[in-house]
Amino acid sequence: MQLPAIAFGAMAAVLILSVQMVPWLEFVYILALAKGFAALGVAILLRAGLISIGHALFFGFGAYVTAFLGGGRIVTDLGALLVIATFASAALGVIIGAFVVRYRAIFFAMLNLALSMVFFSLLAKLYAITGGTDGLRVAMPTIFGMVFDRATLQAILLYGSLLLLAGVGYLLKRYLHSPMGQALPAIERNELRLEYLGVSVRRVLLTAYTISAGLAGLGGALMAFAVGHVLPEMSYWTVSGQLVLIAVLGGIGGVLGPFMGAIFFEVVHTLAVGHMAEAWNLIIGLTLIAVIFFLPGGLYSLMQAFARKGHAP
Amino acid sequence: MNAPILTARNVHVAFGGVRAADDVALDIFPGEFLAIIGPNGSGKTTFLNLCTGYVRPTGGSISLSGREITGLTPRAITQLGIARSFQHPQLFTEQSLLENVLLAVAARRHFWSPLRPLDRQAYVEEALSVIELIGLRHQTHSPVVNLPEGMRKLADIALALALKPQLLLLDEPTSGVSSDEKFSLMDTLISALRRQCVTAAFVEHDIELVRKYADRVAVWDQGRVFAVGDPDQVLSDARVMQAVVGVD
Repeated sequence: MQLPAIAFGAMAAVLILSVQMVPWLEFVYILALAKGFAALGVAILLRAGLISIGHALFFGFGAYVTAFLGGGRIVTDLGALLVIATFASAALGVIIGAFVVRYRAIFFAMLNLALSMVFFSLLAKLYAITGGTDGLRVAMPTIFGMVFDRATLQAILLYGSLLLLAGVGYLLKRYLHSPMGQALPAIERNELRLEYLGVSVRRVLLTAYTISAGLAGLGGALMAFAVGHVLPEMSYWTVSGQLVLIAVLGGIGGVLGPFMGAIFFEVVHTLAVGHMAEAWNLIIGLTLIAVIFFLPGGLYSLMQAFARKGHAP
Repeated sequence: MNAPILTARNVHVAFGGVRAADDVALDIFPGEFLAIIGPNGSGKTTFLNLCTGYVRPTGGSISLSGREITGLTPRAITQLGIARSFQHPQLFTEQSLLENVLLAVAARRHFWSPLRPLDRQAYVEEALSVIELIGLRHQTHSPVVNLPEGMRKLADIALALALKPQLLLLDEPTSGVSSDEKFSLMDTLISALRRQCVTAAFVEHDIELVRKYADRVAVWDQGRVFAVGDPDQVLSDARVMQAVVGVD
């Protein structure tokens, strides 16, 4: 069996078993998996050397699409809302990506940041539509026409997110091993050569940006269901920063890396807030420093190292 | 003689006050190996840049097999059948030689299939055959950043060959390579070109290499084509040796 499948199995087993022992972890894990999807989107762009400090835009957009459609009872089905939020965010990603993928380095990062802050301001100011800084309540979704209580919905969200991770992770792995996925690190190294191979660098990046926007929207929609409320803060730049941090922490070498980073981030956050109120930033900061110095491939590279050790004669 | 693959007529370009291409006219014919020589700054690399879309001419026309390519982007020109290598090899440095060539193979075939792997059997076989052709089979899995300069030059050429171009333009394929290795590199290169039936033009400074390997030679001076013809004939012209090579 391949490493990603083993790693996913191990991660899912740890999550499910720990929830049986410590039930409140269920909510923490749902938040982590939601952020993991968004961080995976950021990680795809990081492969091409592009740092987006504005992906909270798509995270918030996915959440608000869910709140709008669910709140107006236009669409109530959980699965349908997740699909719509994902594709709507991807569509927004096509529009924004067509503009931003022309830029590189700090200009790309800052343009994404600027656009996300414009979106944040619109969410906060357009009170009549978005509920302003109060945000919007997210209606309880149905699943194939059935209504569930909050506790059951949480369980469905956790197991559903793990299933989604398996499915999306498989497709993403295929994509990253395809010529389009392999072109991403090639772009970071030498995009001129890629053009001289007859490949449109802009098209490669626009595809990656669209996928990353869709993933961030999916994460936002999951977060909206888990919390039951959406706020403009979901699009604030600090959330974008968190997504980059999670991606680097977990590692961009594999699909599971951002999810490992997100779980670590959310668990440390929750434990630290409960026991060492202001120390969680310190812990996360020190961990990030340690990862950068000793594990440049992120937490996922630990798994890769174990796998190599296992195969060593 | 067959119709030319590449035709350049009245091509002009200037950088500031410097005329890098001044009424350039040149034909490249199918199957030939054309050497482009001349002193530094005479416009040899600019000509390659004009033919591959990196520089847009301010006047004149360039056509490939009768199709106008003047002013097209490098990507469009590559797709039409001109591939090139660079004076400083342009590679994906952190990736292996195989991964580099695989990208080129995929670029020519089905690049935009998001769920099909790059290292599918048919692509790997084709990439390995190109690597074999340039004699680097033993370096297949080495990151190209670790290869010596001569091998990096060949790897750069391998990327271009994997595109199966009509015309290959090589910018100083032996620069930075030790004089001992130059001839073996050129032997490998010529053998690969002959086996793939690729027409090629190469910019070169080494007159001995030109004498030995070129079918024709075009001499550049101050942005103009100074002389074109058989290497023995052109290189025996005292004006060429004096004005261009600096030898009486």
